[in-house]
Amino acid sequence: MGLTAKSTGSNLIDENDLLNSINCDFTIGLAGNPNVGKSTVFNGLTGMHQHTGNWPGKTVGNAVGEYKCHDKTFLLVDIPGTYSLMSNSEEEEIARDYICSGNSDVTVVVLDATSLERNLNLAIQIMNITDNVIICVNLLDQAKKKGIHIDFDLFSKLLGVPVVGITARKPKTLKHLTNTIYDVCTGKVSPCPKTFKFNCKTDSDFNNDNNSEIVSKILKEAEEICSKVCTYDKQDYNERDRKIDKILTSKIFGIPIMLLFLGIIFWLTIEGANYPSQLLSKLFAAIQGQLYKFFEWIHAPSFVTGLLVDGMYQTLAWVVSVMLPPMAIFFPLFTFLEDLGYLPRIAFNLDNCFKKCCASGKQALTMCMGFGCNAAGVVGCRIINSTREKLIAILTNAFVPCNGRFPLLITIATIFIGGLGIGFGASILSTLTVLLVILLGIFMTFIISKILSKTVLKGMPSSFTLELPPYRKPQIGKIIIRSIFDRALFVLGRAISVAAPTGLVIWLFANIGINNISLLEYIANFFEPFARLMGFDGYILTAFILGIPANEIVLPILLMSYLKTNALVSLEDTMQIGTILVQNGWTILTAINVMIFTLLHFPCATTLLTIKKETGSKKWTLLAFALPTVCGVVLCMFTTLIYNVIF
Amino acid sequence: MKNSIPLSDLEINKKAKVIDLRCNGNEKRRFLDLGIVKDTVLTPIFKSPFGTPTAYEIRKTVIAIREENAKKIEVVEI
Repeated sequence: MGLTAKSTGSNLIDENDLLNSINCDFTIGLAGNPNVGKSTVFNGLTGMHQHTGNWPGKTVGNAVGEYKCHDKTFLLVDIPGTYSLMSNSEEEEIARDYICSGNSDVTVVVLDATSLERNLNLAIQIMNITDNVIICVNLLDQAKKKGIHIDFDLFSKLLGVPVVGITARKPKTLKHLTNTIYDVCTGKVSPCPKTFKFNCKTDSDFNNDNNSEIVSKILKEAEEICSKVCTYDKQDYNERDRKIDKILTSKIFGIPIMLLFLGIIFWLTIEGANYPSQLLSKLFAAIQGQLYKFFEWIHAPSFVTGLLVDGMYQTLAWVVSVMLPPMAIFFPLFTFLEDLGYLPRIAFNLDNCFKKCCASGKQALTMCMGFGCNAAGVVGCRIINSTREKLIAILTNAFVPCNGRFPLLITIATIFIGGLGIGFGASILSTLTVLLVILLGIFMTFIISKILSKTVLKGMPSSFTLELPPYRKPQIGKIIIRSIFDRALFVLGRAISVAAPTGLVIWLFANIGINNISLLEYIANFFEPFARLMGFDGYILTAFILGIPANEIVLPILLMSYLKTNALVSLEDTMQIGTILVQNGWTILTAINVMIFTLLHFPCATTLLTIKKETGSKKWTLLAFALPTVCGVVLCMFTTLIYNVIF
Repeated sequence: MKNSIPLSDLEINKKAKVIDLRCNGNEKRRFLDLGIVKDTVLTPIFKSPFGTPTAYEIRKTVIAIREENAKKIEVVEI
């Protein structure tokens, strides 16, 4: 899902060129196949929190960090995972450019202990460019579980470079790696690769069309080396993974299991978020009471009290109490599936649908990232090799709801649809509703992808290959800490920083007016006729438009607009929000249309800026803005028409 | 020796050896990246719910390949 303070928000937009600005003694490049745990090694060494997860292609640009070992400082560059240096997808070009540039003093090639043979292909290619290579065999714990033993001394002797065995998620094992890096940098150890040399030194050599001979020779050598250094306790060590795969991708159960997982995640989120939400609301209401007393005590003019307490504080309180609990539950659950290695299986299951839309199966991965944050999803589209398919994935990313939109969907589904059921049935009904909205989003993704590839982005599907990595046991404790601190609190912070000034402005708009009609009413009245056609009112449309900086604040803006000057309502639970909405004329149709429009409307400002940056074109950015908006408007008008015909 | 067939026609769990890659450019490069060259041994292990792609075991890794791409890999059963 790729959502951390580093990988989303404005950080995506400023590409900071740290490479030149930091004065370190040595520069270390971290290369390797996708999904071998490079980012985990990187985090372990630098103490940073690059996004990790069990699927190929998470790291899409060079990440940079620093660490100290003995008396020297080292600059560590996390290069995107690549299978070889001979291809030309975006991430492989980044990797090749970096390794060929000679910027690093030492290149550490991270290999997966469970598939050394294929991994060695890249290692041997890199050893042709530079002599200063350290081989780092990661995931030793996985290998041990599968009964794979590696003779490191022999391995090092055969390659002619230092070989270190580690388990990156156990930081203690990294000590050996840092010491080896130190020794090579300070000249105590000089690597001298003994592997096959094929005289490719420059960028263009690698971009040659006739590489089969060279690759054949490299692979043959890799086979020979592996047969010497690896011993296996049992030949069918992948049997358990295969059994799980057969169930998760089976013809009968594959798709239902996928929906079930998604359903369980949402049900737990809806059911679990209710109580903490109420608790937070009560807490904030109590604080609000004290704030009023305080402002009274200092004899603050009512204008100031209104602006700060009713405007800013209340908007903030809503954002926190509505947003935080669902996020604190949703993020860890989703990360669990991600770390387990389930996302590539989703891509595998859905590939044929994407193929029929002439799109890439990897779009399923970027779509899943979109559930976290659409901006991160758009950046993630770099893993798609064909430019045409990448554009389709970027343009359709906002068709799945991001985390900023989930709480709104969940709240409305809980109030208006869940309210129809009783007890246990209520949360099931809400879950099914949210699931239905998401399925609509996925369905729209397919339709729009298909339309795009038949019109402006004409073309045939390109070749598609995807690695299905072994399942890995997620580290539950780490998931909870990381997803709450790195993701939930970060997203919340972003929402708060937008919500506070917006709260002020909305309160002002609601309280400053001409002829007793507030500015907000003027704006809402302006949109009213159009909004009516879509089955909701001018305030709702205004809230969506004002919510462009961050989708999270749509509901707080809306509540603020409805409550206007008489903001003296303290909200103690979700159902009270429902009361306010119903008092302002909401019907089941309004609820359905707001949910549709939440799913299908212009992406947030961050996403739009990211699209502009990734596509480098105003035209595509405009299309990315217009596509979901037009779909949403048309669909809302359609449901309104149907509703009015029936009732 | 058995006759060569396209990889897409190989039955699940049957081992085969690559004879030829009948493609070029990007597509061929992708196969090379993943370690698929002449003489590479691979086994189809399971299919997607919609029939394509198929997952193959190649050099102790699992790689999904779409049917129309697998057609271009000529293999012989072993």
